[in-house]
Amino acid sequence: MKEILSGNEAIARGAYEGGCLVACAYPGTPSTEILENTINYKEINSSWAPNEKVALEVAIGASFGGGRALCTMKHVGVNVAADPLFTLSYTGVRGGLVLVVADDAEMHSSQNEQDSRNYARFAKVPMLEPSDSQECKEFTRLAFELSEQYDTPVMLRSCTRISHGKSIVQLGERVSNLPQPRLEKNPAKLVMLPGNARVRHPLVEERMQELSGAGSTMPINRLELRDTSVGIITSGVCYQYVREVMPEASTLKLGMVHPLPQAMIRALAARVDKIYVVEELDPFIELQVKAMGINVIGKEIIPLCGELTPGRLRSAFGLPQPVAIPAETLPGRPPNMCPGCPHRGVFFALNQLKAYVTGDIGCYTLGFMPPLSAMDTCVCMGASIGMATGVAKVVSDEEKKKVVAVIGDSTFLHTGINGLMDMVYSNSPATVVILDNSITAMTGRQDNPASGFTLMDDPAHAINLPLLCKALGVKNIRIINPLDLEETQRVLAEEMERPEPSVIITDKPCVLIKREDIFQKGPVYLVDAGTCTGCRACLKIGCPAIEWRPAADGSKKGKAWIDPLLCTGCDVCRQLCKFDAIGSEK
Amino acid sequence: MTQQITNVLLVGVGGQGILLASEILSEAAMLAGFDVKKSEIHGMSQRGGSVVSHVRYGREVFSPIVPEGEGDILFGFELMETCRSLPLIKRGGTVVANDLRISPPSVLMGQESYPAGLVERISDLFPDFLLVDGQEIARDAGNVRAANTVLLGAVSRRLAIAEEFWMKALEKMVPPKALEVNNRAFLVGRKL
Repeated sequence: MKEILSGNEAIARGAYEGGCLVACAYPGTPSTEILENTINYKEINSSWAPNEKVALEVAIGASFGGGRALCTMKHVGVNVAADPLFTLSYTGVRGGLVLVVADDAEMHSSQNEQDSRNYARFAKVPMLEPSDSQECKEFTRLAFELSEQYDTPVMLRSCTRISHGKSIVQLGERVSNLPQPRLEKNPAKLVMLPGNARVRHPLVEERMQELSGAGSTMPINRLELRDTSVGIITSGVCYQYVREVMPEASTLKLGMVHPLPQAMIRALAARVDKIYVVEELDPFIELQVKAMGINVIGKEIIPLCGELTPGRLRSAFGLPQPVAIPAETLPGRPPNMCPGCPHRGVFFALNQLKAYVTGDIGCYTLGFMPPLSAMDTCVCMGASIGMATGVAKVVSDEEKKKVVAVIGDSTFLHTGINGLMDMVYSNSPATVVILDNSITAMTGRQDNPASGFTLMDDPAHAINLPLLCKALGVKNIRIINPLDLEETQRVLAEEMERPEPSVIITDKPCVLIKREDIFQKGPVYLVDAGTCTGCRACLKIGCPAIEWRPAADGSKKGKAWIDPLLCTGCDVCRQLCKFDAIGSEK
Repeated sequence: MTQQITNVLLVGVGGQGILLASEILSEAAMLAGFDVKKSEIHGMSQRGGSVVSHVRYGREVFSPIVPEGEGDILFGFELMETCRSLPLIKRGGTVVANDLRISPPSVLMGQESYPAGLVERISDLFPDFLLVDGQEIARDAGNVRAANTVLLGAVSRRLAIAEEFWMKALEKMVPPKALEVNNRAFLVGRKL
């Protein structure tokens, strides 16, 4: 049976076929759809965790209990999960454990483009790297087997082009002979006190040596000899670009990128005249091959930044390029908050109040874009609150009042909550706004511990955010309707003035939530063309449903118009119109 | 080797249904016995940004993205986005586009105008340029929301995949309720 699957769908399929019992993750582009597909297999218990560290810990527990477990995240998620990962390397596993990490070279949807292969080397765990959807499925299956065979977690590295690319996959059956998980105590292996850990560390080093040797006979590492004047060491999607652009070159295709199969690399060196390494981001393979005393060419010609493409690879090798039609300068089309988005009014108010906004990661990071232009920092998940505390520690008393942290519900529960503990502990005068839209919106509407549902769509306890903040010791907690501009701006101004911690929580849901009774569309609004003076006040919120229509005479005059197909009736634009030209359709 | 691969680019604005159209195309190509790869970017671009979907099919496809300047067919769902992607298409390639203009934020806010003369520019570069009023034809076929399918029909006539595979792909990918109107829209488009 053949199907066209994305890399993420194929990884989910591979987990199913590989006998996986538990899958846990925090959503993050481009990895999110893996867990959204493991839910199609009833044999796998799939769940969202509040963050990547917890997700990995759930998977570790499942493995120690004797079941095969999958944990998935985007590249920056590994920074959060690094703490358990490094010691998991020492304990090893019981049931196979596969950690999928999806890198985002080119930063299509990320704040940096760190190369996750360094984590495999740093934590001393093997890493596989598939180059299409078929390999995504096969390598995931294999990763579970290697994990148990070598008593190690196995990382599987994907990237945007693999996870979101689709290709044909031959489906297989689920393995059926795995032992039933049961409790089994083994403290010398699983309790990493210094005395036990000292015993485990040499075993880790031996395991990696053994894997390096075994790698030279693994079928996933493949020496393809063609023209022997040039040999190229490559892996993942880069292998496809090499085959596309230099079909005659010999290749060493690495399915396991850590540890490297040294004997195979020497075999390539003995057969070809000149060796290149083609890899995205860091010179990870290149430096290790050079350390073996083999002369290779890599980052001298291959870019360190961004993703590769066939065209970029041609440029690197000085190969002829097709003469393309020159690009024309056209108005850009950046992403934008949706019509009716409850975040818009908050950023409008923050802009009016000239706040210094420490931002966070989510749809609301788009509050940075004009005309809202109300975000001053964005570093990592949960950073906004700690950073607000830090900024307020160094600036003048007058400037302290300007400092506002803005964070979403899911990001707050991810790692923002620790920042709030510190804010209360250090009695910071900064203000926190939790944009509670009842969903993890940016990655495509995933549930979280405050949304009231699980990944499997079962009802769940929804964390009460005001009560949680109260328990942390916040005395000033205000709940506001972010679609009421007067209320939003007034409450923000009051709390910014206050010389102690305060939290403002907005209470309107994301407009994209499909569940009944959560988001309800209001009546569509219209602009009365006779009353509209063309003052452009309503354009200041950057709503995609509002359009400036220039006058026919080509002058600067014109009027606003609301697209009835896009308007959700949020009412925010009406509040900006001083001339009562905007109203709902009766 | 590249000569045996057909490179299709589907471009437009997030939310226009580009991914579904590229999935129907990929499915039809697989049913016709080709190797297929498809690639696009999700995430940020879903919030009304530019979307480019790459579909490649042939005997054996390597790169999931169309090499720059080697596109055979550009399938545009929106005029400005069609124009933006022209550098991806080879000279002498085919362009089929929907006669639809969606204003980006800077135009909505009155800071810039929607560019004029796009149709003329594309026609100058690609004499066979086919501009389709997808909405109007779809309305005649029974539902304005089937505009993408009209366009897909027009594109299908320019690709070496037999009609039966397209019909099977539509049946698999389109919800049963909407299948009849989409089949009709597809066949009207296929005559353009």
